[in-house]
Amino acid sequence: MINYDDILSDRCVKLKPSGIRKFFDILDEVKGVISLTVGQPDFVTPWHIREKAIASLEDGETYYTSNDGILELRQEISKYLNRKFGLEYDARKEIIVTVGGSEAIDIAMRAVLDPGDEVIIPVPSFVCYGPIAELASAKPVFVNTFEKDKFKLTPESLRNAITSKTKLLVLPFPNNPTGAIMTESELTGIAEVIRDTNIIVLSDEIYAEMTYGRKHVSFASIPGMRERTITVNGFSKAYAMTGWRMGYAAAPHEITEQMHKIHQYAIMCAPTTSQFAAIEALKNGDNDIADMTAEYNRRRKLIVHGLRKIGLPCFEPEGAFYVYPNIGGFGMTSNEFCEKLLHEEKVAIVPGTAFGDCGEGFARISYAYSVNHINIALDKIEKFVRKYR
Amino acid sequence: MDTLLKLMETNAHLTPSQLAVMCDMKAEEIESKIKEYEEKGVILGYKTLVDWDKTDREYVSAMIELKVSPQKDLGFDRIADRICMYPEVQSVQLMSGGFDLLVLIEGKTMREVSNFVFNRLAPMDGVVSTATHFVLKKYKDKGVTYNSEEEDKRGNIL
Repeated sequence: MINYDDILSDRCVKLKPSGIRKFFDILDEVKGVISLTVGQPDFVTPWHIREKAIASLEDGETYYTSNDGILELRQEISKYLNRKFGLEYDARKEIIVTVGGSEAIDIAMRAVLDPGDEVIIPVPSFVCYGPIAELASAKPVFVNTFEKDKFKLTPESLRNAITSKTKLLVLPFPNNPTGAIMTESELTGIAEVIRDTNIIVLSDEIYAEMTYGRKHVSFASIPGMRERTITVNGFSKAYAMTGWRMGYAAAPHEITEQMHKIHQYAIMCAPTTSQFAAIEALKNGDNDIADMTAEYNRRRKLIVHGLRKIGLPCFEPEGAFYVYPNIGGFGMTSNEFCEKLLHEEKVAIVPGTAFGDCGEGFARISYAYSVNHINIALDKIEKFVRKYR
Repeated sequence: MDTLLKLMETNAHLTPSQLAVMCDMKAEEIESKIKEYEEKGVILGYKTLVDWDKTDREYVSAMIELKVSPQKDLGFDRIADRICMYPEVQSVQLMSGGFDLLVLIEGKTMREVSNFVFNRLAPMDGVVSTATHFVLKKYKDKGVTYNSEEEDKRGNIL
């Protein structure tokens, strides 16, 4: 008999599974739940994009593409990054089309990290950065962001976290779960801290299209930062294409050259059908983004206003499609609050602790749901809050 | 685009205060704006979309293409106005192409609808010919899909 304890990778066994699984398992068992948990758009991918994918299948486009993706797609990505964020990337050498933004994060970290390197990760943020850094033999260093700072990364807290071992800084803005963004001047402040170092930046800009009231600023567009920045973006959120698994990384050739090798051996290429869909999205999808973002913005105002009216303090999120209300003051942990809310009012929201210990006292609420759905949920949350306040 | 009208067109149930938040306006402003729209006839009314197939009401509907000879000075307006008078008539539209007026009719039975066409529409002065198409099944109407299960297909992924 094999003793699995002896044969499995130590590094993998020690990796913590995502903390939210338990909550989602409970959620699956309760019937008739109004859920506000999902981290993906409620829109179906626009039909003209789906149609192009279907046409590509009819045309027999069923082969591998070049490792880095169809050249036309990379050219469209290059144009898009220039049109929207003023970035310049060579489509032939500096862009890799990946299986979602997640793969781009993975190969970026593996391309730059060595054992002992430290990776600075502002939290709360999406759960993948720490584990992927660990898999690349590096050490995650978590830097808390706070409600009083609108959950932005401040130059002071970054400076305090930097050591001689710091190799990489993750910039997860617009942020999941808080909805925080970083403005141009705030990013410039971050740039000043790292300008004279060798620290590389992984800027995860998957929610770049979902900002409200001001345009997203790409970290690579801050003077002097392009040479050290790996920009990660993708189609999942902007074009409601989560299931297609389409993302990309753009970075100086010296970095993409290394990422290319990992991608080539581990992935080969992103799915061909999805790449054809992505070309159509970039060519003719600007209006879809505008329509969907306008709708998210209306829901955002509705839910922020609703939560504040109920008496749940809620910082004004300026990006992504989440609100991150403060649910402290009920004598319950975030987990208890969310489980009770689920059992008693059948409304599901994600406890902040799913994003690390710093999320205690908060919850993530997604507004990737219809206005009706949100209004029903708000009524139920109000009932719950009145009962326990 | 008028955000207020667009929101109200898709959901007439939203309260003025909810609309206000989404439109960056005050609730009182929303109320007076709605009143203004109603007075100007921009907002013509509020109705409920019913899927009658899910009830025990006997119900058929038909679209009727009418060829009409236009009248001097009045064009199609007078005959269209007269067709509008019948309560069975749900909509009347002047069309481009192979016929002139498209009339939507509702009734209890096919016989009732047929009788209406034979006895009322066809003999009207100016009506040259009619072609009646009974509706067999409604898939989508006024932007709403019928008979579709509202199922959230998204998996629970953080």
